[in-house]
Amino acid sequence: MTVYLPIAELSVNILIILGMGAAVGFLSGMFGVGGGFLITPLLIFYNIPPVVAVATGANQVVASSISGAITHFRRGTIDIKLGTVLLCGGLVGATLGVWLFSLLRRVGQLDLVISLLYVVLLGSVGGLMLWESIGAMRKAAKNQSTPLRRPGQHNWIHGLPLKMRFKKSKIYLSVIPVATLGFCIGILTSVMGVGGGFIMVPAMIYLLRIPTSVVVGTSLFQIVFVSAYTVIVQASTNYTVDIVLAFVLMIAGVIGAQYGVRVGQRLRGEQLRALLALLVLAVGIRLAIELIIPPKDIYSVVSAGFGF
Amino acid sequence: MFDLARIGFVSLVLALAAPAAAQLQDEDASDFTEKLEIGISTDEISITSDFRGADLTIFGAIDGFDGNLLAQGKYNIIVTLEGPKENATVRKKQRVFGIWVNTSSMTFELVPESYSLSSTRDIETIAPPGEMGNMGIGVDHMRLVPLGFVGDGSNLGEFRNAFRQIRETSGVYQRDPGGVQFISSSLFKASVRLPANVPNGVHIVRAYLFRDGVFVAAKALPLRVVKTGLEQAITRAAHDQPVIYGLVAVLLAVITGWGASLLFRKE
Repeated sequence: MTVYLPIAELSVNILIILGMGAAVGFLSGMFGVGGGFLITPLLIFYNIPPVVAVATGANQVVASSISGAITHFRRGTIDIKLGTVLLCGGLVGATLGVWLFSLLRRVGQLDLVISLLYVVLLGSVGGLMLWESIGAMRKAAKNQSTPLRRPGQHNWIHGLPLKMRFKKSKIYLSVIPVATLGFCIGILTSVMGVGGGFIMVPAMIYLLRIPTSVVVGTSLFQIVFVSAYTVIVQASTNYTVDIVLAFVLMIAGVIGAQYGVRVGQRLRGEQLRALLALLVLAVGIRLAIELIIPPKDIYSVVSAGFGF
Repeated sequence: MFDLARIGFVSLVLALAAPAAAQLQDEDASDFTEKLEIGISTDEISITSDFRGADLTIFGAIDGFDGNLLAQGKYNIIVTLEGPKENATVRKKQRVFGIWVNTSSMTFELVPESYSLSSTRDIETIAPPGEMGNMGIGVDHMRLVPLGFVGDGSNLGEFRNAFRQIRETSGVYQRDPGGVQFISSSLFKASVRLPANVPNGVHIVRAYLFRDGVFVAAKALPLRVVKTGLEQAITRAAHDQPVIYGLVAVLLAVITGWGASLLFRKE
C-alpha cells in the first residue's frame, strides 16, 4: 500500500512509515524522549530527502512533546520564567538555523552537515550516557546510591552576570547560559529536526544545576514552542514540511508512545539509560558508515525547481 | 485512474481540425515541398495523484511527399516531448578525510525536466551527428550550457555525461527508436512517454521530418500538464500559502498529540 508524499515527491509504503512512527513512538514513550533524533535518520535511511526529513521531523516532535508538556504544566513542574528565557534563545537559534539550512542547501552541503552533526552528537551523547549508566549499574550492583547531582556545587557558569531569580526552580542564575543553551538547541532543532531534549536535559542538570523536578517539564515547554516555530519557518522558507508524511508518523507515534510508557515504567532507570545509549550509538554508527562507504553514484543532479 | 485504455485526449487527427493546438516555432525550410502536420486533441492534461506514467500518442501526416522516396523509406520522423525547463546542478562527490563530500558542481542552463524521444529508427542513422547536434535533437545532442565560470572547461564532458546518465537512469529522459510508425503511406503515429514524476507546466511536442538524412520540416505543439488531486492541492498550498500551511501542520501536530493523551487517559 503506497502513499504519495507531495513535498518529498516520492511514493512510499505507508506500512513502513506507520511502523517507523510506531517504533520510534514506542521508544520515545519508553525513554521519555521526543524521538526526533531517531525519526529523522530513519527517514533519511528510507531515502526521504534529508531536507524533508529534517523539517518533517520537527513537526513530529511537536506532536510527541505536546502531551508531555501539558501534563507537566498541569502538575506545575514547568518553570515558565526559565522556559521563556530558554525559548527566547531558542527562537533566535531556530531562525539562524533555518537560514543556515537554506545556505547549506544552496551550496550543496546540507546532507553532509546533517549527517556529520548527527554522527558527532549521537556518538558523544550516546557514549557519555553509556559510560554513565554502566557506572551506575555497577554501583547499583554493589548497593551504593548514585547521586545524579551534587547539590551546593557551583561552577564558573554561576559567576556570570545578568543574574535572575527563577522562583520555581529556586535558583539564582545568569540568563546568559540559559539563553545560550536555548540558542544552541534552537539551531539543532532547525538543522537536525530534533527537539534537543537529549542534550538539553543533561545540560540543565549538570551544567546549570537546575533541580531535576522542573527540568523535563521546562525543556518540553521550550521544545514544543521552538519546534512549532521551526516548522512554520521551514514551511515558509524552504517549503520542505511534508504534511502527509508528518501526519502518518505522528498518528503512529503517539499510539506507540502510550505503550512505550508502560514498558518503560517496568525497567530500572540505569538499564533504561544504557539501552537508550546503545540505541543512540547504533543510529550514529549507521550514519557514520553511510559517510564512509563509497556512494552508488558520485554524481547527483539537483533541479532548481525542487532543489533536493 | 489514468491508464492507457482511457487516454481520451488523444484522438486521431487527420485533417488537423483542432484549432486548440496553437502552433509555435514551425521551421519549414522553403525549398522543400514537404509539409509536416501533427495533432493532439487537447492542449491540457490533468493528472491525478496516483498517476504512474502513461504513453501519449501523437498522429501526424506528411503532405507533398515524393512517392518514390517514401516507398524507399527515405522519410524519417522524430517526435519529442519536452518538459518545462529549469536550471539543473550536477554535483560530484569526492573522498575528503575519509568521508564523501560534494566537492565540485556545475549548473546547466534551462534543461528540460523531462524528455521523451520517439523515432522511426535510431536517430544516429537518420542524419549525421553534426546535424542532430545543431538542432539539439536527442539526449546526446541536448544543449547543456554551463552557467557561470567553469574554469578551463576540462570537466565539462564529465558533468554532461553524468547529467545525461542520471536523467536516463531515473527515467525522466527516455528514447524509443521504434516509437514512430507509419500507419499508411504518409500517415504516422508516434508514442512518447510521460514519466511517472512528470513535471507540471507547459510541455512541448515537437516533430521533425528528415528526407534522406536532410532536415525538411518541423512542427511543435504545446501541451499543458496540470496535476490534480489532494496531493497536488497540498503541494500548491505549501508553495502559495506557506505560512498558513506551516500553521496547519503545527495545529495538526498539537491536535494529534493532545488528542492521543486525552484518548488514552480515559482507558
